[in-house]
Amino acid sequence: MFGQFDFGVITRNLPYLIKVGMAFTIELTILVIVLGIVFGTLLAMMRLSSIKVLSAFATAYINLMRSVPLVLVIFWFYFLVPYIGAWIIRSPTPVRVGAFLSSVITYSMFEAAYYAEIMRAGIQSIPRGQVWAGYALGLNYWQTMARIVLPQAFRNMVPILLTQTIVMFQDTSLVYVLSITDFLGAASKIAERDGRYVEMYIFAAVVYFVICVVISFLVRRLQRRIAIIR
Amino acid sequence: MNYHWNWKIFWDLTPEGSGTYLHTLLVGLLWTLATALAAWVIALVLGVIVGVIRTTPRKWAGRFCNGYVELFRNIPLLVQMFLWFFVIPELLPKHLGDAIKQMPPPWASYVPAVLCLGFFTSARVAEQVRAGIQALPRGQRMAGTALGLTLPQTYRHVILPMTFRIILPPLTSEFLNIIKNSSVALTIGVVELTAAARAMQEFSFQVFEAFTGATILYILTNILVIYGMRWVERRVAIPGFIGPAVQAGGH
Amino acid sequence: MHTRKLPLLIAALMFVAAPAIAQELTGTLKKVKDSGTITIGYRDASIPFSYLDQNQKPIGYAMDICYKVVDAVKAKLKMPDIKIALNPVTSSTRIPLMANGTIDLECGSTTNNAERKKQVDFGMTYFVIKYRWVSKASDHMDTVDSLKGQTVVSTAGTTDIKALNELNTSKNMGMTVLSANDHPAAFLMVETGRAKAFLMDDILLSGLVANSKNPAEFHISKDSLGLEPYSLMMRRDDPEFKKVVDDAMTKLYKSGEIETIYKKWFESPIPPKGINLNIPISDALQKVFANPTDSPDPKVYE
Repeated sequence: MFGQFDFGVITRNLPYLIKVGMAFTIELTILVIVLGIVFGTLLAMMRLSSIKVLSAFATAYINLMRSVPLVLVIFWFYFLVPYIGAWIIRSPTPVRVGAFLSSVITYSMFEAAYYAEIMRAGIQSIPRGQVWAGYALGLNYWQTMARIVLPQAFRNMVPILLTQTIVMFQDTSLVYVLSITDFLGAASKIAERDGRYVEMYIFAAVVYFVICVVISFLVRRLQRRIAIIR
Repeated sequence: MNYHWNWKIFWDLTPEGSGTYLHTLLVGLLWTLATALAAWVIALVLGVIVGVIRTTPRKWAGRFCNGYVELFRNIPLLVQMFLWFFVIPELLPKHLGDAIKQMPPPWASYVPAVLCLGFFTSARVAEQVRAGIQALPRGQRMAGTALGLTLPQTYRHVILPMTFRIILPPLTSEFLNIIKNSSVALTIGVVELTAAARAMQEFSFQVFEAFTGATILYILTNILVIYGMRWVERRVAIPGFIGPAVQAGGH
Repeated sequence: MHTRKLPLLIAALMFVAAPAIAQELTGTLKKVKDSGTITIGYRDASIPFSYLDQNQKPIGYAMDICYKVVDAVKAKLKMPDIKIALNPVTSSTRIPLMANGTIDLECGSTTNNAERKKQVDFGMTYFVIKYRWVSKASDHMDTVDSLKGQTVVSTAGTTDIKALNELNTSKNMGMTVLSANDHPAAFLMVETGRAKAFLMDDILLSGLVANSKNPAEFHISKDSLGLEPYSLMMRRDDPEFKKVVDDAMTKLYKSGEIETIYKKWFESPIPPKGINLNIPISDALQKVFANPTDSPDPKVYE
């Protein structure tokens, strides 16, 4: 069945696929995990805040991001971020934001909305009494959050956060629409150049599959180890 | 901001001469819904079958279905889209592959897009169905057996009616996901809402108006679906039961 | 914008504009000077203008011209070590990315036309193309009539797809028009039989056919749907930068250096497969090299 195919195209281009493509995908994923969780936690805290303006803003932002497709958000940000940059630094002309930085910003801002909802569920899973206990001990809001609520919330939420991260890792492939060379972009460029679509796309699917299955397996093991026993 | 806004652009005629830009976006929205709805039917049917089998006592069938879910969950949607569109027709016997490729447009891209979204989402629906069934008290299954029902009858009359009510909220978010995910079909040539906005941007050069238009249409669709599903939830609710809200991630 | 604020704005503009007269850089040149970087937008597969070679580096005729322009920018700013950043673009992203400052100069296969001139600006014309279509040789699709009722593909965001749509409506051709993400994707549609023909700039079609698995399988039409000039794209309302680009290109044409560059890409074997496109300089282009112009009007080139 595979007689007419040339899987040698994969080995010949492996250095490019890994060093350029996979490197982009992994760097992007790691930065977005960090920034997404930071922004996501802030958004969740804003949403749960008793200050109306903050919670209204966070709610609107989260709902907006969760109602539009990632592909559309990618286009939005790639074209819009330079203008926002110009507005922030009061520059008369749009600021140059490269493809990589733009992708980092796009995915962080998008994932933050998803992480925020997971975080909110996590924070809300902590009994109110614990917060009061914190205050009773003389801790202020930030101390209570940092020492009592968030550590437990994170533990409860780690499995879902990691599952979401696997989804996000897969979604980084969508930078393809901007012709950026992530792992899939690299594979598709070679596919187009050499007319080897079947070989390259099957290879890409196998690589993503193996990575995601291995990570999911590790997540399940971790889940068993860190579960809080009540 | 250093950008020339022109909100009237929506009422300008497109270069195709077939209507206004607003019309283009609305046609795009129809394709989004047509893709999402058709894929949703596949996702529900396959998802329920696979999800149910995973909870039956048949070990080998359960293992096969677990593999099915893992396969569709662990490959990016875009890659799956390419597999359906570029790869599968080449792996089939030549006449069959050619027949698929030569379907009159837009079906040649619409059909692979629907199949792709359908199978992708079926794995996620299967997860929800399994979780929903497992969330039911074991006593329900035992009660079914005690009444002398066969396994299929127990599922049909006892377990599934409860499960569907429990998993309505997560299914709603899966349905919202399938609407959003249908935008990935633009990569294989389905001119759905995002693609329509991109085309509008290319011809009118009004980038942000085009994307704002699409964003608003997505939000309206979302709101309609959410309210529609709440109504359904109220209609089918069984007094005395509150379905647990299963957290659904994903996009 | 509220009109009553206009006088205020004009006053403000005059205030801002005043120092500019005193030889201060503006626009792209200022941006390049401040950042020490010029960003070039390139294409993945606009053979032989701007495409990726075996090592996935962008190369091509337009890239070579662009590097000459960058040399002129370096000389103008007296900054010999300006960094060149490369950013991939597609037909649909190139104009917004130019407008939003992500790229400073686009070196691809971009048609210069009056409509686009309202959004962006162009340097001197460096190639003149005709819209033609590629189909399977066995289909013998040479005339415009042969396209009637067929499925025809073109690339999203190009002037070609626009021309195709216009032809479809004005002559009631009953074609089904498909749009593809990029040229190779559109070509693949013809190769795999998803579309009967791919309407594109003839030179790009030659490049795609020459690099395909089986070039003899394809045929480029005799009929064409009009002619268009290609040029480097830059931001609008940036006369200083445009002058540097125009001067550099004029110098390249007048010195005859352009002919060497032309030979390298159109009449010699080119990467990645060492194919020679064998396309001599057309009369229209010869005229442009003798009298450089940045006109978007197709009539100028006939």
